[in-house]
Amino acid sequence: MTSRLKISVVIAAIAALAIAVPFTSSFVILLATRALAFSILVMSLDILLGFTGLASLGQAAYLGVGAYMTAILATKYQFGLGYDFWLVVLLGILFGAALAALFGLLAIRATGVYFLMITLALGQCVWGLAYRWNSLTGGDNGINLGVRPKFGIDLSDQVTFFYLVLALFALSLFAMYVLVRSPFGRSLAGIRERELRMKILGYNTWLHKYIAFIIAGAFGGLSGVLWAHTAGIVSPDNVVLTTSVDALLMAVLGGAGTLVGGVIGAFIVIALREYLSTLVPWWQYVLGAVYVLTIFYLPSGLMGLPERIRRRGGALGNGNSGEKLSAAPS
Amino acid sequence: MDARFWLIQAFNGVSYGALLFLVGSGLSLIFGVMRIVNLSHGSYFLLGGYVALTVIWTTGSWLLAIPIAALAIGAVGLVMERVFLRPLGFDPLRQVLLTVGFAFLFQQAALDIWTGNNFDIEPPDFLKKSIQVGGLYLPSYRIFMICTAALIGLALWLAMEKTRIGAAVRATVDDAQMARGVGIDTSRISMLIFSLGAFLAALGGVIGGAFLGVYPGLDFEILPLAFAVVIIGGMGSLGGAAIGALLVGLADNFGKALFPEVSYFTLYAPMALILAIKPTGLFGRE
Repeated sequence: MTSRLKISVVIAAIAALAIAVPFTSSFVILLATRALAFSILVMSLDILLGFTGLASLGQAAYLGVGAYMTAILATKYQFGLGYDFWLVVLLGILFGAALAALFGLLAIRATGVYFLMITLALGQCVWGLAYRWNSLTGGDNGINLGVRPKFGIDLSDQVTFFYLVLALFALSLFAMYVLVRSPFGRSLAGIRERELRMKILGYNTWLHKYIAFIIAGAFGGLSGVLWAHTAGIVSPDNVVLTTSVDALLMAVLGGAGTLVGGVIGAFIVIALREYLSTLVPWWQYVLGAVYVLTIFYLPSGLMGLPERIRRRGGALGNGNSGEKLSAAPS
Repeated sequence: MDARFWLIQAFNGVSYGALLFLVGSGLSLIFGVMRIVNLSHGSYFLLGGYVALTVIWTTGSWLLAIPIAALAIGAVGLVMERVFLRPLGFDPLRQVLLTVGFAFLFQQAALDIWTGNNFDIEPPDFLKKSIQVGGLYLPSYRIFMICTAALIGLALWLAMEKTRIGAAVRATVDDAQMARGVGIDTSRISMLIFSLGAFLAALGGVIGGAFLGVYPGLDFEILPLAFAVVIIGGMGSLGGAAIGALLVGLADNFGKALFPEVSYFTLYAPMALILAIKPTGLFGRE
């Protein structure tokens, strides 16, 4: 597919969502809103994973910081429930970026499996505070937000809120798309492919990775603000290790390094978690199977399928060998 | 807060550290040999507890439950390494996702087999008493935990330092490629260590079941603590795991007692710092 065709497909898909979702049940609208809010986090992770080659095991921390900030401002200070909602959005982005700027100082030097470990530890720091700092975060129970903001439009109306999240999602997707196509994004891809060569060419690879890390944190913070108002409750569950791992799976399932792949992954996994769990008690087998099967049979994700099928036509066999996920082994 | 408080807390911390040593030493060896971030390690701990419960319910013997549960989960680990991890090759991200996929599968299986209730593993009567030492009443079960961990640690240390297989394991930790070069079958070493790690985690699950309980969600509660042990102590080093476990046990206990609101933060922030400064951990083999 040419890139112009790809862009039109994505725009058509977003338009289709905008038209179709409001006519479905309120449960489906809620699921779609959740998936879109979470997708921003998954795409931000994809900037690290797919475009820079850094597999982070603590991305939920940035969602958490945005979500907790939103919830604390709303419940303790009644802030962000009117037009100042946009200030909260801005603050969420800033907080996410600030946390990433702090964490990045520690994490960026590490590579491969050590990067996984250190992001895990940093994510656990945030979880520990969320879980234990009762007076600020409500501990295990979390924080109930109550009402959604109202400013000219009423966000407690599900469809209105869905459109808001969809709009911010589309903006984020556009911004990240521009980012990865920019010269900066190209040098990130260079680092992913061969960091040493980029260093020799004179690139400051540490700084490139650090900036990518901060940008990812900023989008994580944004997704947290939206997630808080989507779910109506913020709890340590949002920053727990499995949430970070879920985000990783979504990115890999859809196809790392494609941005939209992560969105598809998010829709599939969230549908599994939230919808399938209402139907059957053994839904977690399906989720576990998705993990295992993705790893063995979809190394380049769903977005890589058309390419693989095309290549199968030419040269048979070869299975999943030769293809690799982009997290560079150290 | 007098001396008694500090002594009791220190004792509790050490005994908790003993439990963490059982979980962490296996994880550390697995990481050292295979460079795998094994997110299903907590599941082995939990499954160990569950299998022990079944053995106790059917035979009534607590003593029998310990080896059976540990061996059974060791076998599970062996199969997982051979059938799933080995074919995957070296790719940290895919290994992480695979092990977490298995953690979810184990979670659901445990829910189906043992329901979602909370259980306790009842130790035999002679371990329920307290022993008086210098005016302090110490629960004998916690003393038993410390002794078990010390014995296991000693056995592991002897095996690692004094046997041929132990030397092969150490060589693989230091440099897997060189080890292969001199004819060590690193694939078999990986299988052995992964299975041993699962065995130790399950052992911890049985022994910890008496004072942590056995319940859904325990797997992902113990897992980050085990990682903290590995990181602080150093990857692939037994002595490091012992010191790491002690430090984490003490930090966890004193943290919860002295400044509860930031107690986990005081545990994981040093972990991140150590990783940033010395990625192989405080006492890790370079």
